[in-house]
Amino acid sequence: MSQANPLILGIESSCDETGVGLVRGTELLANTVSSSMEEHVRFGGVIPEIASRAHLDAFVPTLEQALADAGVDLDDVDAIAVTSGPGLAGALMVGVSAAKALALATGKPLYAINHLVAHVGVGLLEESIAPASHAEALPEDLGALLVSGGHTEILRVRSIAQDVELLGATIDDAAGEAFDKVARLLGLAYPGGPAIDKLARDGNARAIRFPRGLTVPKYMGTVDAPGPHRYDFSFSGLKTAVARCVEGYEARGETVPVADVAASFQEAVLDVITAKAVLACLENGITTLLLGGGVAANSRLRELARERTAADGITLLVPKLSLCTDNGAMVAALGAQLVMKGVAPSDLAFAPDSSMPVSSISL
Amino acid sequence: MRILTIDTSAVASAALLSFDADDPAAPTLVEAEFATADTRSHAEVLAPGVLSLFADPVTEGPALDAIVVGVGPGPFTGLRSGIAMARTLAFAWKVPLHGLMSLEALAWDVLSGLRSGTCQDAGTGSGPASAVPRIVGGHDAGAGLPPSAGGDFVVATDARRNEVYWARYSAVGELLEGPVVGAAAAIQGIPVHGAGAGLYARELAANGCAVDPATAGLQPTARSLGIMAARKIQRGQTVGDTAPLYLRESDAKVPGPRKRAL
Ligand SMILES: [Zn+2]
Repeated sequence: MSQANPLILGIESSCDETGVGLVRGTELLANTVSSSMEEHVRFGGVIPEIASRAHLDAFVPTLEQALADAGVDLDDVDAIAVTSGPGLAGALMVGVSAAKALALATGKPLYAINHLVAHVGVGLLEESIAPASHAEALPEDLGALLVSGGHTEILRVRSIAQDVELLGATIDDAAGEAFDKVARLLGLAYPGGPAIDKLARDGNARAIRFPRGLTVPKYMGTVDAPGPHRYDFSFSGLKTAVARCVEGYEARGETVPVADVAASFQEAVLDVITAKAVLACLENGITTLLLGGGVAANSRLRELARERTAADGITLLVPKLSLCTDNGAMVAALGAQLVMKGVAPSDLAFAPDSSMPVSSISL
Repeated sequence: MRILTIDTSAVASAALLSFDADDPAAPTLVEAEFATADTRSHAEVLAPGVLSLFADPVTEGPALDAIVVGVGPGPFTGLRSGIAMARTLAFAWKVPLHGLMSLEALAWDVLSGLRSGTCQDAGTGSGPASAVPRIVGGHDAGAGLPPSAGGDFVVATDARRNEVYWARYSAVGELLEGPVVGAAAAIQGIPVHGAGAGLYARELAANGCAVDPATAGLQPTARSLGIMAARKIQRGQTVGDTAPLYLRESDAKVPGPRKRAL
């Protein structure tokens, strides 16, 4: 195997995207994604069983397409990497079974990879983020803010292959999930993120003051005596507050000012997320913050993150959207790092772990 | 013909079998097999189990004549792990791929076991893979007829949620009804075999169904599925595709309109 510049095939199936990517070292060769998103629209959220069924049928065609896009043969691949968690258990199982099949069929090493760390690894694929002059490395003192329908986390990345720490995370709903639920409340389409982002542009973000979860002193504490949830998030109370607010307008027989509600809700989510991310950076010596996850597409999140990181001298990195959403290339990118660092491959007997902690970069 | 079979409709299992595809009376050789006893560890054990069947899967795999996978019915997540494995192996090795209804494996166990009186041996193999070749089949050489179970019978597995997956077969192993999912109480006045029979033995007995303790723990295995597949191939019958037989919709419900606060 070429340990200096390995060709890695990455597989992702933790939620509703079936992704297969091919990466050589830090060079992106293919990033093929098949999404079952449309099948979830009428339910207003991802239905795990529907996602799992879709993964099973999408996997081989997606693999075939990725190999064709990259112009490589399965035999050329040096190692296989697969998301083993965190994610939906039944969905993970499909990608993991397929990845094990590829490994045993070809005799190539298999790496069971942490999905959240892979979101950070994707930064390696963009020259604007990891320029060749930096010896294909991520910036030092790196942090990551991951926001999607499945997760909301702040990470500190000392070494992408060896040392990643969870600084904060949601204690209930993911931010993207809150967007979906509020969108449904307002009669908007699924997925809620883009719908609310669009509508919010016509609304007043200060019209309604919604609660900012886990921001009171008893949760925050101080730098020296941090509270129990200093960098954590909670969005379930906010969702309830929006519901009460909408019901209030209806009970009074008033028209619901949907644009104002959307804008005010969005501001409540993104205000907390960006404020806590910047706080975590400042207090942990993080000088570069990478944004990842599907909610990175939100225009207000990008705007707020840009303003607030700039104000505190933190460099903000935003990979292109096709690399922010769940995909196989990010899994391959992290796999390549593990191979280059000489990390041992996973045993074929590993099981997917739906709550795999970020401290576990591979199994 | 040399085939790899995989079934994860209940336990996780795989087998390597060879047979003369042109001779319906020729016996099937089980070269190696693996099966777990439990129904919940597919993720961990399936790949090592398949690996253990081969001396060198990288060279032997592409030389296989076919892969046959059990397409259920069975609990969804486990079932998919076997189908995902089989589809991906077939792609990587460029080997023809077929699917067979998993309860066929139990039908074979019943047909062969009742004939030879060795139901216990008919497929609950557990523990590590056995590399000892065993010749099975070879029933009534020359006649080309399957063994007889004496009359119609039903095979059943656990469908959880107080239901069973079941199918009805003729005495010569012809599928007459099913597979279906439902309460065991719906099965009446017929011998019932398989783990599904063991789970609901009392209810079935109350409905006039004979439950044989010798078969009441049987689960579908890749070994027996493979023998049924070999029989079909030897008779020139088509083996199906690998679309899973879920038999149940996903539990997803389209949310109703939100109640307005008026
Ligand atoms: Zn993700």
